[in-house]
Formats: sequence, structure tokens, C-alpha cells
Amino acid sequence: MELDARAPTGPIEQRWNEARFKSKLVNPANRRKYKVIVVGSGLAGGAAAATLGELGYNVSCFCYQDSPRRAHSIAAQGGINAAKNYQNDGDSVYRLFYDTVKGGDFRARESNVYRLAELSVNIIDQCVAQGVPFAREYSGLLGNRSFGGAQVARTFYARGQTGQQLLLGAYQSLSKQIEAGTVKMHPRTEMLDLIVIDGVARGIVTRDLVSGKIVAHTADVVVLCSGGYGNVFYLSTNAKGCNTTATWRSHRRGAFFANPCFTQIHPTCIPQSGDYQSKLTLMSESLRNDGRVWVPKNVADLAKDPKSIPEADRDYYLERLYPSFGNLVPRDIASRRAKDMCDQGKGVGPEVAGVRRGVYLDFSEAVKRLGRDTVAERYDNLFQMYERITGENPYEVPMRMYPAIHYTMGGLWVDYNLQSTITGLFVGGEANFSDHGANRLGASALMQGLADGYFVLPVTVANYLAGVKPGAPDDSHPDVKRTVLEVEARIKQLCAIGGKRTPDSFHRELGTLMWDYCGMARTAEGLKFALGKIPELREQFYSDLSIVGSGEELNQMLEKAGRVADFFELAELTCLDALAREESAGGHFREEHQTEDGEAKRNDEAFSYVAAWEFTGETNAPKLNKEPLTFEYVHPSQRSYK
Amino acid sequence: MAHLMNLVLNVWRQKGPKDQGRFVRYEAKAISDHMSFLEMLDVVNEELAHKGEEPIAFDHDCREGICGMCGFMINGVAHGPARSTTVCQLHMRMFKDGDEITIEPWRAAAFPVIRDLIVNRSAFDRVIQAGGYISVRAGAAPEANSVPVPKPNSDLAFEAAACIGCGACVASCPNASAALFTSAKISHLALLPQGHPERTDRVRKMVAQMDAEGFGHCSSHKECEAACPKDINISFIAKMNRELLTAMTVAPNDVKSRQKG
Repeated sequence: MELDARAPTGPIEQRWNEARFKSKLVNPANRRKYKVIVVGSGLAGGAAAATLGELGYNVSCFCYQDSPRRAHSIAAQGGINAAKNYQNDGDSVYRLFYDTVKGGDFRARESNVYRLAELSVNIIDQCVAQGVPFAREYSGLLGNRSFGGAQVARTFYARGQTGQQLLLGAYQSLSKQIEAGTVKMHPRTEMLDLIVIDGVARGIVTRDLVSGKIVAHTADVVVLCSGGYGNVFYLSTNAKGCNTTATWRSHRRGAFFANPCFTQIHPTCIPQSGDYQSKLTLMSESLRNDGRVWVPKNVADLAKDPKSIPEADRDYYLERLYPSFGNLVPRDIASRRAKDMCDQGKGVGPEVAGVRRGVYLDFSEAVKRLGRDTVAERYDNLFQMYERITGENPYEVPMRMYPAIHYTMGGLWVDYNLQSTITGLFVGGEANFSDHGANRLGASALMQGLADGYFVLPVTVANYLAGVKPGAPDDSHPDVKRTVLEVEARIKQLCAIGGKRTPDSFHRELGTLMWDYCGMARTAEGLKFALGKIPELREQFYSDLSIVGSGEELNQMLEKAGRVADFFELAELTCLDALAREESAGGHFREEHQTEDGEAKRNDEAFSYVAAWEFTGETNAPKLNKEPLTFEYVHPSQRSYK
Repeated sequence: MAHLMNLVLNVWRQKGPKDQGRFVRYEAKAISDHMSFLEMLDVVNEELAHKGEEPIAFDHDCREGICGMCGFMINGVAHGPARSTTVCQLHMRMFKDGDEITIEPWRAAAFPVIRDLIVNRSAFDRVIQAGGYISVRAGAAPEANSVPVPKPNSDLAFEAAACIGCGACVASCPNASAALFTSAKISHLALLPQGHPERTDRVRKMVAQMDAEGFGHCSSHKECEAACPKDINISFIAKMNRELLTAMTVAPNDVKSRQKG
């Protein structure tokens, strides 16, 4: 299939304006006749549902949590980028565009990224008007901080809770529309399948998580903003409920899945403390501004009190390997070096499954140099959080850190209008693949979610609706009924296996496999091994799964089982994609493809494309479709942080 | 090094809103002090599942103290014994070997039990829907720096906006009042110039909705503040009351309420 990105041509500064002008409009009086389904209530979904509601469409919004206010966007700490240039430090829309394309290791579409940078300024205006309490200076004007991958201060923030404040802004706008009757909210409701009629998305099938009822919801257009798939690794910084079911089920119905192997690791997370661990907690990257990373030089010192290890016996390996950037090397490099140290048997902290996985992040020198008060002013909330979780006081004992899965750049393939390969199915936020290429810069996820939700989808969805006659299909339509029956059968199948193992135990095993062979560093051999193992494990899942209780009630085991079942399939595709991409780029590091210094080595000749995978049936191999990437403005170059 | 402990749990089990509900005793064995409280329940649930018994249902999601999804009473205290901490961030080192722990859902008429430790908190959403927002269409916003906001106001607005909507305030209040929750949103928006045009209608409508949901009145027990995982200050309740008194002296902004008179 020919992938048409529908990316406009012409001068890049004019493309979005041009596209908006060419977009068709729906007469205000006719809007309420169009039914719009939005799945997910995070920054992208919440903002899209609220905005489409404001415009007068008949919107239904779905989330699995008990309230739209709880979507995982809420956990973002750092901030949101915008090219306001309030600091007069040389920022511009073009510079934000440039930094984002480069930071993504030249694997994103230029037109999309430029639009994102352009809209970033409108987002800040919108959020401030909603009452988002961003940090301010004593002048009463907005403050900024700098963030990884940029030399300008363009990040807007609300202490360490920027995601929370932005999400509550969107939630409040959504609440207003719920009250106004333009949006109907369906909390504690999970999408389990997409209804496709004659190749067009016409609705979704959901399960009411309280009653267990399976219901078909039909519409004129479906918008997925259901987040990323980081939980395929089981342990990640994602919320426990984050899952791929909405995107994966849509993939099976014909939406291509793009670049699943582009997953992001965050270098500073609190290490696993035991095999019962249920999730990992991220600590802000800002800690690396003052903390020094080290491991003991001697294996005999690993279990010793770190304070008793003399300077001469410590290996400050980032400072040694990268004298000019030191502890501030980018996320992917810091992560891989930590893994190397632990693989060499130099990790610290408790042994989990026989290996110590942690490196020290030491503030003792910062405390000496700056004084405890200054360190407290900068990091106290983080230190407190660390102590709550580990029981150790970072003022006294060095922190222990290890990388964890944090964000997924891959997702459903979309064109410039955010429409997938299924007509009438739009995808926004982390659920799509579009703007971050192979690596996402800090403070860019919030920007993308809100750009899609407030500004892009309302235009492109309207353009789509203007070309179709309103009228959602009837529930009695054979394709609607068939999809409902398929969902019901799947639930019955899961409940009837009657084996011995819980969904969690399978999820853990799958996650370990993925982390070991498709995590921070990947090899052809390892990926092939995983590709052999995953189907075996999946077979076990379908023969030895145990679920207590039925599908006709609140059943959290069943919810998990359905999500794990889809993770199995996505895991396989992710390994396949990682195997096919014979290069290293951003978050995808293939050990066979590195420079002499051990850095990621791209292959622009052969791999400057988006890998869009097509589902071809249960027993057939997925088909790879390529969208070539061309760079008219930012020319690919090799990164160096030496 | 991890210390292991054995605990006895008395957990509230209730099939549905109409079920009577009862405490059931469980043993939690070899619990590491590094586990979070929810990880301890995960371990208990895995064992229950292996025995073919229904796992204990509880709400949770981010497990890092910000989504507000988790929360129940531990030995009569909302979110348990650690201050400024949600139950997902509470770690087992707060307990010791041999402890007996009672776990039960939030109890309030406005928060009916759905199952076991899960309650229905949609009343909070309806309080926000009644007016907890600033009406600004996407695209209608003025330049962000065109309205300076004094830093102290902005900082205080943030303190109020930090509420995670978990419901601990209601659960710990003898009157099951939602005053802390409601006042936090009213204060957040009243402290910012952007919130002023709708200020009087907002407080009137939100307070009316809070009452309609069946939450009790605030009688200044201050239990809410002590239980709040985000340290929301009860001075916001005083602010809400002042806002309400002021609002009652002026005519409603919106024509519909004015006609009702």
C-alpha cells in the first residue's frame, strides 16, 4: 500500500496555515448531528473532547479510570516547551523545530514537527487563560527553565507537577462541556475493539468495568488518544492501567503501527528493590545537574557502605568517558552506560534475580560546594520522594538510580491530518507515532498532546466530517453485531482457560524478556531469541491462564488479562521492527551499529523511513510499508557529546 | 537489606453497592519492608487468586502519588500513617512484624461503595462540572504574558490547584464534608485574574452542587487537612466562605439564574 502522508509542500512556515485554509468546514447548525468518539482523557484526548464539544459536535469521551482527571499525563513532572522567546535568548519557532527534528535523530516528518513548534505558543496562551498556575517571576510574568537537548530556556513549568496542572486545565474545560451537554463522559469504560464498516471507522466496542456489560457505540468519526505502550515491558514509569488495547485492536482492524521499536528509556529512576516490584518511579533529570554518577572500581566494594569507599576507588564513569558533557550527556547515553556498568558486574544496591542493577548518584560534593540549604532548595521535594520510597536519606547516602522505560515514540501511523490508515480513525498524543522521531526531547510530550488536542484534531476532524453525511450506523448493523460478538467471545475465551497462572505472572515474564532483549541495547541474536520465546509464552498464556470470577462483574484480573493478551502481540511486532531496523537511532540502539566510541550509528541511506507495519492476519507475518523521510530544512548529522 | 514481616489484615469485602459487606481476615506472609502498601496487597491478591478466591478490588493507577485514584482507610486513617502520602507511596517500613492492619473503603454517603475498597467518587466530578473552570474556548486566549499575575497569588493558586481529588478529606471528616476539595478549586481560580469574571457564579454553583451531592457541612474539625496527601490548607475553606458571602451580595451573572431570582 502506498502511504500518503498528505504533508503539504511549499515553504514550511506556511504549511499549516495553508492546510487550515484548505480544510473544509461544518456549518455550526449541523455540527450537533455528527457523533464523535474520543478514547482517552489525557492531554490529547481531554483537550480534543473539550474543544470538539465547544465547537458543537456531539462528543462521547471514554476512559478506564474513575474520572477523566486521572489520565497518566498527570504524572509528567518537568514542563512544556514553547517557542515564546520570553527570555530573549535567541529562541524561535524555527529553533524549536530544528531542535526537535535533531533530538529525534532525524526520524520524524518535518512538516509535523514544524506545526508542533508553531502551535507551542498558542498552547501556553490557552493554558494560562484556563488558570494553569505556571511558575512566575516577581514581575508577575511567566518564568522558564532550560531542559535537556536545548541551549535556550523555553520550558514552562508548574513546580514538579506540570503535567498535573495542564491536565486539570483540560479536565476543567472538558467538565464545562459535560455540564453543557456537548460531551457525554464514560468513565470506568474500556475500549476493546474498533468497529469498521466498509473500510471506515464507525465506532467502538467497550466494556463497562463495573457491570462488565459489552456495548457498541457508533459514531461518524473515532479519535484515539489512548496513550503509549511502555507497559509492554511490565516495569515502566507508566501508570499500571496504561495499555495498548485500543491501538492494538485498531491495528488488527487495519491501522498501520509505526516504529514500535522507538521506545524511550529515562536514565534516572529508582531501581527495582525486589521481584514484587509493580512499577518504577522516575526522578527528574534535573538531578544530574548537581549529582555525580559513579560505581565502585572494585567488585569487592559493591555491597559496602558507599561513604566508606575512598575517592580513588570510585569510577565517575560519565565524567571519565565524556569529559565535556560529563554527567549531563543525553538520556540514551546515560542509560546505556549505566547498563554497561551493571552488566560488567559493577552495579550497586540489592541483588534482584542475581544482579545488582543500580549506580550511585552522589550529592555529597554538591552539599559541600553549595551548602545543604541550596541543595534542598533545588531538590528537596525529589529527595523526600526518594526517601519515602527507599527509606534512605540522599543528603547522607548517595541515591541509587537505574534507567527505566518511560515513553514510546512509536504508535499508530498517521498522516499530516492525524488520520490513520483507516478512514475516519484519527490518532493523537502518545498513541500516534508522529512528532518525536526516534527520541523525544524532555518537555515535548505535553506540548504534542495539547497541540493535537486543542489545535490540530479540531481542524482535521472537522475537515473529515465536512466530507461525510452525518448519521451513525445502527446497533443492528451486521458489522456492529459481529464486532460485539467477537469481543464477547474473547472475554469468554480468557475466562474459560482455567489454568494456574495469573495475568500478572505472564506480564512480568513478558516484560523481563522484552527488557533483556529489546530494551536499552539490542542485538540481532537477542531479538531472534525473543521472537522465538514470545510465541511460546503466549501459547502458555492461552493454555494456563487463570481468572477468578466472571466477565459479568467488576473483575480486575480479567481487565489485566485482556491487556496482557494484546501486549504479547505488540511485543512480537516491536522485536520484529527492532530486528528489521539495522541501524541505531535515538532510543533504538543496535549493538552491531555503533561508532568506535560506542555511540549510536544511524544509516540514513537505508533507514531514513517510517516503518509502518500492516496486520495481515492471525497466522501471517506482518507486512512492512515504508514512508520515506526527506529533510528539506534540517540536514541529518551525527550527534557528539564528547 | 530487606526485612521480612508477617501481618494480619482485616479487609472490608463487599460484592456490590447492595451487598451487606464484612471484614475478612487474611494473613500476609514474608512481606518486605521495601514494598509499597499496594505491592503488599498485590502479593496477597496473587495468593488469593492461586487459591481460587477473588482478589481484593482496589483502585490505583499511577502509583506515584499524583493521579488520585488510590485511597482507603488504614487503621482508621485515610491513606495510612505517613503524612502527606498517598497509599501507593506508603511503604511497609512504616509497619512491623506481627502488626494487625484494618483496611476499609472511604465511608461517605456521597461515595457509595462499588466493590471492596472501590468507591464511586463521581460526585467530585459533578462539583467541578458545576463551575470549577474558566470558560475559554480553544483559540480565544490572549497572549500569555498580557496579564501579569503577582507571584504570591500565583504560588498560592498553585498550592490550591495541587489537589488530586482522591477523597481523603471527605473520608476523614466526621461530617463527610467536601469543603476542602471544593474550596481548593474555588480558591485556585479566584486567586487568578483570569478567574474573576465568573467568580461569583462559580462559588454559588459549586457550593450548591456540593450540598446537593449529600456531602456534610464543614465544622472545622481539620481532619481533612491532616489527611490530605497534598497538604491542602484549610484556610482555603475560609476563603470559600468569604467568596460565597461576597457572591451573595451581588446579582448572578448568568441570565438564567437571574430570572429564577
